[in-house]
Amino acid sequence: MNRTLDSAPNRVLTVLTVVAVLMFVMAVGMALFYAPTDRQGDVQRLFYLHLGTFMGGALAFFIGAIASVAYLVWRGEGWDALALASIEVGLVFSGFTIVSGAIWARPIWNTWWTWDPRLTSAAIMWLAYAAYLMLRNGIDEPGRRARFAAVYGIVAFSSVIFTTVITRVRPDTIHPVVVGPSPQNAQGSFGLESPAMRVTLVFNIVTFVVLTITLIWHRLRMESFSRRVQALKMKLMAR
Amino acid sequence: MIEVAGLVKAFGFLPVLRGLDLHVARGSFLALLGPNGSGKTTLMRILAGLSKPTAGRVTIGGWNLPQEADAVRAQLGVVAHLPLLYDELTAAENLRFYAKLYSLTPGEREARIAAALERVGLAGRANDLVRTFSRGMQQRLAIARAILHQPHVLLFDEPYTGLDQEAAAMLDALLGDIARDGHTIVMTSHDLGRALGLSSHVAILSRGRVGYHGCSREIAPESFAALYADVTGAASTR
Amino acid sequence: MSDSIRSTPVPAAAQPRRKTGFWQATLALTAKDLRAELRGRELINAMLLYAVLAVLIFSFALELDREARETSIAGVFWVTVIFAGMLGLNRSLAAEKDRGNLDALLLAPIDRGALFFGKMLSNLVYMLIVAGLLIVLVTILFNISLLVPWLLAVILLGTVGFAAVGTLLSSMTVHTRARETMLPILLLPVTLPIILTSVKASTAILNGVAQADWIAWPQMLLVADVILLALSYILFEFVVEE
Repeated sequence: MNRTLDSAPNRVLTVLTVVAVLMFVMAVGMALFYAPTDRQGDVQRLFYLHLGTFMGGALAFFIGAIASVAYLVWRGEGWDALALASIEVGLVFSGFTIVSGAIWARPIWNTWWTWDPRLTSAAIMWLAYAAYLMLRNGIDEPGRRARFAAVYGIVAFSSVIFTTVITRVRPDTIHPVVVGPSPQNAQGSFGLESPAMRVTLVFNIVTFVVLTITLIWHRLRMESFSRRVQALKMKLMAR
Repeated sequence: MIEVAGLVKAFGFLPVLRGLDLHVARGSFLALLGPNGSGKTTLMRILAGLSKPTAGRVTIGGWNLPQEADAVRAQLGVVAHLPLLYDELTAAENLRFYAKLYSLTPGEREARIAAALERVGLAGRANDLVRTFSRGMQQRLAIARAILHQPHVLLFDEPYTGLDQEAAAMLDALLGDIARDGHTIVMTSHDLGRALGLSSHVAILSRGRVGYHGCSREIAPESFAALYADVTGAASTR
Repeated sequence: MSDSIRSTPVPAAAQPRRKTGFWQATLALTAKDLRAELRGRELINAMLLYAVLAVLIFSFALELDREARETSIAGVFWVTVIFAGMLGLNRSLAAEKDRGNLDALLLAPIDRGALFFGKMLSNLVYMLIVAGLLIVLVTILFNISLLVPWLLAVILLGTVGFAAVGTLLSSMTVHTRARETMLPILLLPVTLPIILTSVKASTAILNGVAQADWIAWPQMLLVADVILLALSYILFEFVVEE
């Protein structure tokens, strides 16, 4: 974990950042211009970002859960910082998933929001992690904050997984499933008929995975620096 | 009985104990003194097994903290500045509850409770709710709770907080009495004179280390304040 | 002062003493909580009054006519039990912490898990009392009998899971600023699997749906219970240590 604490410019991270930005530009470009228009019209192009951000968010929350467990086991400050960084990034991405879904739902389902189990579970996931940040804000002592946050991070993740599983086994969702069999009630389904669509989707998912890792890394460095500043301040004050 | 070596405790980045060494012999009564923020309470919490050390070695009665915390807990009695009692229960019910937590057998339980209440002068109030007790009575009941399981080591964290003159005098007598039983006692206090009078040894904490450690009898009461100020670097001695 | 303690002087050599038995400690804790509560009745009275008020307000707000009742009574029931339960959770650990009693409990040579189960059991009892009152209330006010064996099983399962996670999270929120408001924010999203399955199962049972169509809900509830209970039990130790 200590490498992330280096204040010197990190070459790997610099390269990764450039690559991530280039990939992102290309991914958006592919979604807008390369992929053919679906019978739903241009709004379907949102799908590539919708699923991309979902994957990015899920990955970030997964890293957050692993880091939370790691913190409780090894008690490294870095693990706590990683959990925080991941969950913040995850919140941004899953927030984008929900918003892009709403924008897409308006023309297809004729509503911004519907209390579909899938949408509900996504909203609850977002709320659980927002609560995680609130919990952190509510505790002053750093050791306790890290400990409680890790505990909640683990509970939240397991619960989110479980909610997702429950809502997936329900047959009454109208949310289409693109990969795998779609539920019988699904509305607004579409197939990825053309290879160009599939290429765009895969590229978008890979891009968002890279983007997620890059952003977490940056956020982690920022957090580490700010903690170091905090520590130096304490040292000065204690003198 | 209590051995502390190189004890470090940091909260986040803030070190409170910075390599503290302390030795408390069996049967001695150590008064732990020091200004606010010197680490008294933190040290007490670590000795009580409520807080884990960041680094260093702590053993009580030969058992390591925090690894063998359960063995330590069984031979430890603690009185804090909060009485740690339940308002809605009677004095006897409070003690009965703690007797169960310390796995006293039902046979010895009642006799011990009666004896402990007798000891602290509350036998007549056994069936009254703790809510109706004065601060001094609550503190004495807290001591009954702490000695109930006949611990080897007693920790008193600012036991005089909030007591009036009379209650404090009663506590003086009680502590002196308990000390003669052969318990090893560590007590934190702000009251230099009282601490010196009760204790067999004195340790003064300063900035997370032991700044002075000596026999109470060898210290002249009139020069103690000056010594304390010298060790802690404090202008006033409270 | 008596000589009875002095006659059994402090043993000279440190002897290892056995740790207090898990269930002995758990039951001692629960018994202590219930005894104190029975005497003051602050918590349970507040919870019961809250439950009655909630049912009345729901019946106005949702205009629970005969048809609406059947579809929404399970939801009303669970929302009331859960919010009343949170009232109890907030108080039960705050009461320990504010008087420093949490420290006293941690000082005892008992398993941290016993502390968790003791607290959880008393919270569960409070919730079940509220649920019991609601069953009577709903029967009288809405003429719907909730005394269905399967429904009672679901109520037990649902409250167990909720009490488990609630005890874990309330032991954290007592240390936060604005703790009363923090608990629902933390607790509701993570207990969703329990709430969701409980409500779905209860609604189906009350509406006389064929068992094959709803049996999956209590099964999922049971799985959620096992997972969350185990998790809360394991994680509690990390919350109370320092």
